[in-house]
Amino acid sequence: MKFLAYAARRLAASLPTLLILLAGLFVLLQFAPGDTVDALMAQAGGGDAVMAAELRRFYGLDLSVPERLAAYLWRLVRLDLGFSAIYNKPVATVILERLTPTLLLMASSLSLAFAAGMVLGVLAARRVNGWPDTVISTLGLIFYATPSFWFGLMGIVVFAVKLAWLPPGGYGTVGAGYAGLRLMLDIAWHLILPTVTLALIFLAIYLRIMRAAMLEVLNLDFVRAARAKGLSETRVLVRHVLRNALLPMVTLIGLQAGTMLGGSVVVESVFSLPGLGRLAYESVVQRDLNTLLGIVFVSAILVIVVNFVVDLLYAKLDPRITATG
Amino acid sequence: MAAFRRYLRSPAPVLGLVLLMAVIAMALCADLVFPRDPLALAGRPLQWPGTNPRFWLGTDGSGRDIAAQIFHGARVSLLIGVVATAIAIALGIAIGAVAGFYGGGVDTVLMRVTEAFQTLPNFILLLVLVAVFGSDIVTVTVSIGAVSWPAPARLTRAEVLSLRNREFVLACRTLGMGDLRLILGEILPNALPPVIVYASVVMAVAILLESALAFLGLSDPNVASWGNLIGTGRTVIRSEWYVSAIPGVAILVTVLAVSLVGQGLNDALNPRLKERT
Repeated sequence: MKFLAYAARRLAASLPTLLILLAGLFVLLQFAPGDTVDALMAQAGGGDAVMAAELRRFYGLDLSVPERLAAYLWRLVRLDLGFSAIYNKPVATVILERLTPTLLLMASSLSLAFAAGMVLGVLAARRVNGWPDTVISTLGLIFYATPSFWFGLMGIVVFAVKLAWLPPGGYGTVGAGYAGLRLMLDIAWHLILPTVTLALIFLAIYLRIMRAAMLEVLNLDFVRAARAKGLSETRVLVRHVLRNALLPMVTLIGLQAGTMLGGSVVVESVFSLPGLGRLAYESVVQRDLNTLLGIVFVSAILVIVVNFVVDLLYAKLDPRITATG
Repeated sequence: MAAFRRYLRSPAPVLGLVLLMAVIAMALCADLVFPRDPLALAGRPLQWPGTNPRFWLGTDGSGRDIAAQIFHGARVSLLIGVVATAIAIALGIAIGAVAGFYGGGVDTVLMRVTEAFQTLPNFILLLVLVAVFGSDIVTVTVSIGAVSWPAPARLTRAEVLSLRNREFVLACRTLGMGDLRLILGEILPNALPPVIVYASVVMAVAILLESALAFLGLSDPNVASWGNLIGTGRTVIRSEWYVSAIPGVAILVTVLAVSLVGQGLNDALNPRLKERT
């Protein structure tokens, strides 16, 4: 219970930080050359100054910066993210429509990176400096150095173009009209390549951390005690070492949540997935600053929530934390 | 010197050093080997590597020499990597040292700001900065530096915290040294080694960030960047996949080299860690 209070306090402490951050970004965005109306006019193929002034009044762009900042923060408190002139919809609606693919992609990549990183890290640590360790560690280094968008493109060339095993992109077969289980399978089918692409860099990090944590724990006294009791090597590894070595891995989930969101911008662009990351890219290109700020807000919230969950998970894994509060 | 010999003892850091030297050599001799503008039309577009002895890595969709773009791209990637890293590390050290040395309210405020930066995915922050300030090469480099400082700042702060109440620092304080001299002359020289080693991670990430930005077409289009080339090769990815494949290998090799050198430095400077693993 004490720990829950601690986690809640951390959650509460992150909210003012978030507000300061958004206020700073809002002011920053005022320096941007050209506003939404300029972009709209350019899209419509030009227009006269009277129309521009009228549009600016309609979107509230004719007010002074402090007035708009105050209005913006007040709307934010009510969870109103404003209106996207490009999509002609409230920003919240635009973002909600795009949230599912990103969440699916992140969850599956995280699971893949975590599971594969754990297994490979354990394998590498079991035979330190033996050939499996060398191979796995080298692979980890190479994965870490691979630009994810490039890996995605090469994946498309090999698995979609040459072998024709997987679809080259998209979030479902266009015009197939699937429903229910069939639809879910279709989406999963389309998410295989993006998931592997996004997971790669994190897999490298997880495997390195897992290996180091295993080595660290393997030298501790209680492991020697467990061996002395006559437990089998597998039992020692799984029941005693693994549980303790998992703690830094869990911490890493919280630290990497933001990086993963950033990575999904590129991966979603490569595989033309209609997700939040692609929306961020599009709103930069289209100068849709309201939407961009909305995405920043939602990503920050997402990172904060993930960290809250990690805090809770940590307490579950390590009872000592709850005991000391 | 002992550290240097330790560095040369294992094969991986040596390989990293060799690869890094090769990339640096490419960057240095780019103007000698390919004196023409790498972004100018050089020949018939989309010639496969090896089909024309004049273009040994082929030409891209607009008839530009890929080999020339790779050589000149090495210059851009290294330059952006080094300058962005220098900015990030300098900012990080300054903020981390002040926060760690003074503690209290200053520390709380600075760490809040650091947390705010870390809450936001750095690539998304980078997108915002590029959207606001434009995407010429100077802006992109400064922006990459500006989103990469929180981790070095935290590292410096932790080091400074562990040093500021040591005897030698207290002794200097008793001698009447000012804060600035204490920080710059006594504490930072002892706090720096891990931060400098961490610079290799920052640099690897900076190079990857720039290439991702360039791939999306949001970096400077007027420089021969590897990411730009991958982005333009995307339109012909189904048949002429080499246009995107070649610069990707260049990025991979460079980032790998930087990471290997960083890891080697780390092991050489902390020999005890190496022996434990």
